[in-house]
Amino acid sequence: MLELTLFYIFATVAIVSAILVIIQKNVVHSAVFLAATLLSVAGIFLTLHAEFLAGVQVIVYVGGILVLFVFVIMLIALERSLFERQYNRQWLIALATAGILIVEFGWILFRGKDSFVLPPAVAQTALPGAVGNSQQVGTALYLNYLLPFEIASILLLVAIVGAVVLAKRKTQAE
Amino acid sequence: MVATHHYLILAAALFTIGVIGVLTRRNILVILMSIELMMNAVNINLIAFSNHLQQVTGQIFAIFVITVAAAEAAVGLGIVIAMFKNKETMNINEIDLMKW
Repeated sequence: MLELTLFYIFATVAIVSAILVIIQKNVVHSAVFLAATLLSVAGIFLTLHAEFLAGVQVIVYVGGILVLFVFVIMLIALERSLFERQYNRQWLIALATAGILIVEFGWILFRGKDSFVLPPAVAQTALPGAVGNSQQVGTALYLNYLLPFEIASILLLVAIVGAVVLAKRKTQAE
Repeated sequence: MVATHHYLILAAALFTIGVIGVLTRRNILVILMSIELMMNAVNINLIAFSNHLQQVTGQIFAIFVITVAAAEAAVGLGIVIAMFKNKETMNINEIDLMKW
């Protein structure tokens, strides 16, 4: 019961602040509400017993990506953009796509549990000597998924180099 | 214990909000934030199924999704800064050099 209550609290905060992210005029306010969404998604991860992922979510998303967003907003935020039109003119396509998604979503919500064909849930085994979540993730990551892990590090290196090259000031020689 | 379909519905709602944000907003920073919202929805799905099947693979996938999101944010914001230096705008309608 406690888990269900926590889930509903986190889910409500996540969805309300996600809606606020996309309707706020000021980009700074959008960033603040994005932080609220990301933190409540971390809470959702906790209710799913993925403690390591909850920590990664807080550290990488809120501590890394969101801070990067806020830095860029500080660097280039335009006062002028507050007074411009906020929504673009392809509203027909947007309305059609969003309408399809909303109808689909409403149908799922209407049918509730029956709309998903899930395999039977595996019972949780909470043995006293069971390994923790971080240990499970670490073992799987370093034993079975070592190559993808290394490729991910190369991807991050390429991203760092790309970001520096894209954002650097042009030197005199160029 | 919360049933898995609760999480799936939450993820569908977050993904829908992200798609609407990408399609309707004109500010490129808000569009990037909406993409982050969609990636979060995918992560919720992956971890919900990881919990449902009691396998840790979904969490590994979520870690890779977070890695790609970090790379995407770094490169995307680099592009935003480069774009801003050239055109002095954050409005995607004014970035129409390659528009037919």
